[in-house]
Amino acid sequence: MNALKPFLSKPWLWSWLAALATFIVTILFTGGASAFGLSQATLTFAAFSVLVGLGQMLVITLGPGNIDLSVPATITLSGTLALKFMDTQDTLILPGLAIAIGIGLCIGLANYGLIKLLRIPPIIATLSMSFLVQSMAIWSNRGLRIKPPEALAAFATGTTLGIPNIALVGLVVSLAVWWLLERSIYGRWISAIGQKLAAARMAGIPVDGTRCLTYILCAILAAFCGYLLASFSGGAALNMGAEYLLMSIAVVVIGGSAVAGGNSNVPGIWGASLFMFLVVSMLNTYGFGAGIRLILTGLIIIAVIVAASRPAGAR
Amino acid sequence: MISESETCPVVSVRGVRVAFGAVTALDGVDLDIHPGETLGLVGHNGAGKSTIVNVINGGLTPHQGSLAYGAVDAAGGGVSAARAGGVRCVFQELSLCPNLTVAENIRLMHQGLTGVGWRREALSLIRAKLSEIFPGNRVDCAATVAELPITERQMVEIAINFLSIGTPPRLVILDEPTSSLDAALAEQLMAHVRRYVAGGGSVLLISHILGEILSTSTRIVVMKDGKVVANRPVSGFSGKSLVEAMGSVVKEKVRAGARDLSKAPLAVSLPAAAGAATAFAARRGEIVGLAGLGGHGQTDMLLSLFRSRSSSWLPKRPQEVAFVAGDRALNGTFPLWSILRNLSIGDLGALSRLSTIAHGEETALGGEWKSRMAIRTPDMGNPILSLSGGNQQKVLFARALATPAAIVLMDDPMRGVDIGTKQDVYGIIRAEAEAGRTFIWYSTEMDEICLCDRVYVFRDGVMVAELTGDDISEERVLAASFQGEAA
Repeated sequence: MNALKPFLSKPWLWSWLAALATFIVTILFTGGASAFGLSQATLTFAAFSVLVGLGQMLVITLGPGNIDLSVPATITLSGTLALKFMDTQDTLILPGLAIAIGIGLCIGLANYGLIKLLRIPPIIATLSMSFLVQSMAIWSNRGLRIKPPEALAAFATGTTLGIPNIALVGLVVSLAVWWLLERSIYGRWISAIGQKLAAARMAGIPVDGTRCLTYILCAILAAFCGYLLASFSGGAALNMGAEYLLMSIAVVVIGGSAVAGGNSNVPGIWGASLFMFLVVSMLNTYGFGAGIRLILTGLIIIAVIVAASRPAGAR
Repeated sequence: MISESETCPVVSVRGVRVAFGAVTALDGVDLDIHPGETLGLVGHNGAGKSTIVNVINGGLTPHQGSLAYGAVDAAGGGVSAARAGGVRCVFQELSLCPNLTVAENIRLMHQGLTGVGWRREALSLIRAKLSEIFPGNRVDCAATVAELPITERQMVEIAINFLSIGTPPRLVILDEPTSSLDAALAEQLMAHVRRYVAGGGSVLLISHILGEILSTSTRIVVMKDGKVVANRPVSGFSGKSLVEAMGSVVKEKVRAGARDLSKAPLAVSLPAAAGAATAFAARRGEIVGLAGLGGHGQTDMLLSLFRSRSSSWLPKRPQEVAFVAGDRALNGTFPLWSILRNLSIGDLGALSRLSTIAHGEETALGGEWKSRMAIRTPDMGNPILSLSGGNQQKVLFARALATPAAIVLMDDPMRGVDIGTKQDVYGIIRAEAEAGRTFIWYSTEMDEICLCDRVYVFRDGVMVAELTGDDISEERVLAASFQGEAA
């Protein structure tokens, strides 16, 4: 039992247990026939949640009040403009990616600009920014559905060694963010800022620079997600980002990161993203109606959060 | 005086043991506190002083041993039993709710305060008590606690605990009550303690300022490593024997004559503010003291100096300034982190390659400062909050001294640090200053001000006097602090 103790105290454990349990229950119902297909779909869709969830996690680590509500609008605008720019030509795939990342950079900068210069709380600043961004997306989209370049669409829907490419991209980005959070100076800085802003400033941490970089990283990850999502689903749509607002926050919370800031983890984002997709598939498999499905989703999420928060509370 | 055998002790502690994990904080402690006495409690950081206080006020249930208030056995009764027994505690870490007004804090502490108009009643009670303890004070009792400077917060907290609403206080515990007060306020408090005890109350006084303990206590208990090592009437102690009982050898004062640094290059220079009598300058290798009564602008000056010399946008290496916090709960420690991380955050750049932190080097840094500062912990990986207050302060010192910063700002950093460590830190500061570092040191303790090469005295937010060399003395500092006031 003692050997298990450090493992049991990991905050991300519960999201993984929940994901595993949901997976098994779903497979049992279908008699194992759908195991491969379900894994493929789960990995793909979870990877999109992971990309936005990682960015939101960094922002939430900054401490009470820090949140980025402009994530869905950023996804939509970057998907729309990148696809419009590439105009189905394979040669423009990489410049298109640069456009998407550039959009993320600008939105992140603008977000922190509002927060810092106008002294607006992040929740209001990023919400108003999301209206601006969404309006730009509507204006430039005009209801047209532009197709992605063929090679990019093939990559986004394809697999390598049986694993969806999107999931591999998500994994590489996760490793990079894990390094940032656990091994780099920047990770220590955001954790310090999340625990006590005044103490972080007096310890010599460049507080504004670090916070600004964090909002930029979050927006870039959302923009990158929009670029891949639009390519994966055969074109950008104006509502493509909508579900990722709650999703990005939910995976951070279920993944065991501290809502009050200062303490986050990357594995939990994966566990929670897998879990969130699996819950919906499980309830679909069982053939529940939409209403029941939403109620059950809510109840299951509450149960996981309660279980995950217990070890910390018992201390 | 009533002899001990005739009276029932207010609090009686028998054979108490408390352990936190592998650390034994109290190892079989017996303690009686009788009506009409001031019990002075002294010992090193981590000797168990704060732990015994927490046992007496019901905050901690001892793992072994018994506890009684008067004749009532109160083992496991918790805080409510302690309050019913008349125990009041002024905490070392200020414990008022910062977002509430003074009156609302009184209501929290004293459940007996009820009915329409309780705010008005609370206000009149606290005003009366404040002027009884600190005559001539100008505390704004209608303010929220966060608006009050730390000195006034401490005064309010002390006054609240002496209030008699519902159960009258029988034992007031003062844990380092004067660490945020200047000399004049501290003397008023000690005079009040003597009056209160003469009226039949009792006080448990914890302080690192031995003069206070010797002049105010009727009996002194010395603790060391979780045990009581001496328990005698005050007449049985002198300053020297008290320090010896604590187990630290009195070291020679490190005051090494006035050094002439007037030719050294300037490290900092600020023009004189409106209403100030002097401009500010600090030279390389100089120890500059900021003196005056508590809360007269010294901390604000250090904070703005730090902000102007460090960037909030881009990392700067090597750092120009480092800061040692005095109000460590506000701008010092990171509560979720280990001791090691709290130490290394000051200069992560030196421990990293390609912005990746080298764990081996970080651990080595921790080991080096653990022994240099004598940080009392079995493992630097333990949480920072597992340390006693004074040891946390040592970590903050280590954080600043481990950086290459040429200027070190210190915001009354010795609160709650024991005498032995203080002497060690004074020595380190001297050595670092000789090597060319500049120290700007705000202190409320005259001994520390006397260690400085040059001293600026603050009053009402500005510098009103500059003292150098042999002019630096308690009399001169006090004279400048009160100048022009009809005190």
